[in-house]
Amino acid sequence: MASETITTSEYIKHHLQNLTFGEKQIQIEPGVWTPSGDWGFATSAEEAAKMGFWAINVDSMFMSLLLGALMMWFFRSAAKKASAGIPTGMQNFAEMIIDFIDDTVRGSFSGGKNNLVAPLALTIFVWIFLMNLMDLLPVDLIPMAVAQGAAAFFGADPHHVFFKIVPSTDPNVTLGMALFVFALMLFYSFKVKGTGGFLGELAFQPFGKWALPINLILETVTLLSKPFSLGLRLFGNMYAGEMVFILIATMYSAGVVLGSFAGLLQVGWAIFHILIITLQAFIFMVLTTVYIDMAHQEHH
Amino acid sequence: MNINATILGQMIAFAIFIAFCMKYVWPPIMQALEERKKKIADGLAAAERGRHEQELAEKRAQQVIHEAKEQANEIVAQATKRGNQIVDESKDNARVEGERILTSAKAEIEQEANRARDELKSQVGSIALAGAGKIIGREIDEKAHTDLLDELVSRI
Repeated sequence: MASETITTSEYIKHHLQNLTFGEKQIQIEPGVWTPSGDWGFATSAEEAAKMGFWAINVDSMFMSLLLGALMMWFFRSAAKKASAGIPTGMQNFAEMIIDFIDDTVRGSFSGGKNNLVAPLALTIFVWIFLMNLMDLLPVDLIPMAVAQGAAAFFGADPHHVFFKIVPSTDPNVTLGMALFVFALMLFYSFKVKGTGGFLGELAFQPFGKWALPINLILETVTLLSKPFSLGLRLFGNMYAGEMVFILIATMYSAGVVLGSFAGLLQVGWAIFHILIITLQAFIFMVLTTVYIDMAHQEHH
Repeated sequence: MNINATILGQMIAFAIFIAFCMKYVWPPIMQALEERKKKIADGLAAAERGRHEQELAEKRAQQVIHEAKEQANEIVAQATKRGNQIVDESKDNARVEGERILTSAKAEIEQEANRARDELKSQVGSIALAGAGKIIGREIDEKAHTDLLDELVSRI
């Protein structure tokens, strides 16, 4: 529902902008910004970009923490009630998820006893699933509510309040998770193979010790590509899905016929998106398990 | 779309959630699931054992019934045999008793007959004596002739 005062392009850009908190920037002339020394929310995409690394996407953090807390509350209450008796209701649901994760991890992880992998997989799957699920909420619902709320309570200009409710469309979120997985991969590589073993693996494979530089380049690229492909795959899928929802939403302002057509499209895309949401969460989980498993494998 | 400190925040949040899950969520639920698996396995094993025991009991019952039938047959056979034996014995006894009664009766009859004959003899003697007395009349000294008559009687 694009309001009359903004164009379609502005509408889309508005929806793709995170609510960024950082050091406020002052525009001296077009393209040239200077730090103001004050801290606050960026009121434009450009200002958010100029805030640099030490800024935080409040909407992503808030939504992901909220969903993560929800997930932990749900599983913790299931864990408290867990007994060998007959499970009922939500208890049953929680155990079904855990059983499914356990089966999947057992299927793809062969590194022996590891207390971390299964809870890691559970956290990844459910958390990413919930974050992706926000994609199914109408694109304007929460952002409008937040913008109106901010206007009412803080006197902010609603057109300059951004709110992205799908944390997994923020590359910070997906890459943050992927980098943590990468850290775990490195940790287990060093722990299982030892420093010499792991570095040796990077240096002497796949072509033997006479092609050391080539091996090193190949293996390092392979290693580094893992977290980035992991994070960017999720980000790309969710960002594209969100984009399609936003584009469909712009059609609502184009008359009754196109509007009803957009309604059909939105329902269709949402149903299809349920598959993507689950699949991406599952892929992230399985790949993480496989990467951690590979960190346990000794190649000689 | 900018990379900023959110990436660090997300990593920290991720680590905290994983740690929480690892410590407070996964172990209790897995333990409960394991316990339930064990319980179900035990239950199935118990059911299997019960079925096996029932089978054994049925077999044993069949055996007992079979034995009882055999025993009953044996008892009936024995009883029949014993009955026949008793009947035979009583027949023998009856025959022996009959013969004994018969013999004793015969002996009695003979005895009676002998006695009757003796009586008859003595009566015949006295009749003969009376007749002879009538014929001879008073001439006959009763005392003197009794010896004679006795001799006569013993000769008869």
